[in-house]
Amino acid sequence: MAGIDHAPPPFFKRGPAPLVLLTFYIALSLALFVVDLRFRSLELVRQSIALLVDPVQRVAQTPGSLVDYALNYMQGMRQLQRENDELRHAKLNTAPDLLRLEKMEAENERLRKLLVVKEREKAKGQVAQILYTARDPFSRKVIIDKGQQAGIVAGQPAIDEAGVVGQVTRTFPYSAEVTLITDKDQAVPVQIVRSGQRSVVFGLGNGQLELRYMPANADVEVGDVLVTSGLDSVYLQGFPVAKVVNIERDSAYSFARIFCAPIAGVENFGEVMVLDPRLPPPPPPPESKGRGGDGGDKPGLRPKKKRAAKGP
Amino acid sequence: MQPTFTSSRILLPVRPWFIFFSLIVALLLNFLPTANWPGVPDWVALVLCFWSVREFRRVGMGWAFVLGLLMDVADGAVLGQHCFAYVLLAYLSASLSRRLLWFPIAQQALQVLPLLLLTQIVQALMRLVVGADFPGWGYFAAPFVASLLWIPATFILLLPQYQPVEQNPDRPI
Repeated sequence: MAGIDHAPPPFFKRGPAPLVLLTFYIALSLALFVVDLRFRSLELVRQSIALLVDPVQRVAQTPGSLVDYALNYMQGMRQLQRENDELRHAKLNTAPDLLRLEKMEAENERLRKLLVVKEREKAKGQVAQILYTARDPFSRKVIIDKGQQAGIVAGQPAIDEAGVVGQVTRTFPYSAEVTLITDKDQAVPVQIVRSGQRSVVFGLGNGQLELRYMPANADVEVGDVLVTSGLDSVYLQGFPVAKVVNIERDSAYSFARIFCAPIAGVENFGEVMVLDPRLPPPPPPPESKGRGGDGGDKPGLRPKKKRAAKGP
Repeated sequence: MQPTFTSSRILLPVRPWFIFFSLIVALLLNFLPTANWPGVPDWVALVLCFWSVREFRRVGMGWAFVLGLLMDVADGAVLGQHCFAYVLLAYLSASLSRRLLWFPIAQQALQVLPLLLLTQIVQALMRLVVGADFPGWGYFAAPFVASLLWIPATFILLLPQYQPVEQNPDRPI
């Protein structure tokens, strides 16, 4: 410790003492840590640094993706042909349903109009390529190749061909960060298809999900499929999320522990569809508006009158 | 400067651009897709530790802080996480440097291990305190690999500073 700890003689200008510098930088990093975590007000700083880092990161990812591409190429004609056959077969299998789907959607819409029920929102979005998984071992995130330039905003849900993958949590100019549903901080409101029960499914961080706050005697079975309930105005209704794989019922606790596995290829590389943000939720019902209305007429006068009335 | 203080070989002075270049290469190595595998070391921490030991006048806590910021953004981690750990690493290795260079290289590697382990533990603690999930013991295997790599890293990073063995007798240095 002897080398640099003691104060330098004044004629050697070496800047501030190491301990002072250490205190300064540590205070600065702790401040950054707290502000970023609690207030989320450093997105601009993060975006501008990302603009510097992003090209380097893409360069670093090139060898890996080249190897992937080469492997794909080597797999050759036969597999392609087989896959093509399977796809054609699948297309033929689903054709009757698909052909009628359009007609049924139109019919459904007309019926809903007749019933004066709000029309279902249509799912629209854009396809994005997953560039790489974020290196942070404490969370489950992937980076996709579309960002603010493509109009992506934080909060948009991402799905793949099987179900929900996650949600966009940060956007950068040319990329965006998708937090997977298996992340520990991620929650998705779901509905059990078989029983229609609503609940919320939480990520566990180890590739599994947990259905929480279900009573120990709840009507849940292994193999039940959970779909989004659409109550959060983030996810549209009806996308598959997870399948129940294990239930621990212990009468000592009031809640059952229900473990689920994601249906979508959540932790695999590939392409995702980033859905457009949902329409704003409908206005609040008129009765609460009426109640709030009499207070809002003359904001300057009302409180004084009330206080005067309460006084005696 | 010598490779270690006990050696009689005198090295050429380090070139600042080489320090810069080696840190950039370390960053690139950290961005590779292999970085997610368990046991792959944090290259930036290793190279930063190396230069803080050998050249603490040139590579100090300011560099550590900037590199930490870059790593935080690239990782998608919370800002300040790597900054804190790297600044601590730079300070500790700079204050160890006078003692460390008296030892042969294998023993240096052993002494660097606690520093690198501390870097990793500090980051894990910071995240666990605010509610992240435990990353698994593989996360703590990386510093052990990194301290083994201290030996080849010393060789490679000092390579541009070695002088040719046959010297011109008219120009001793």
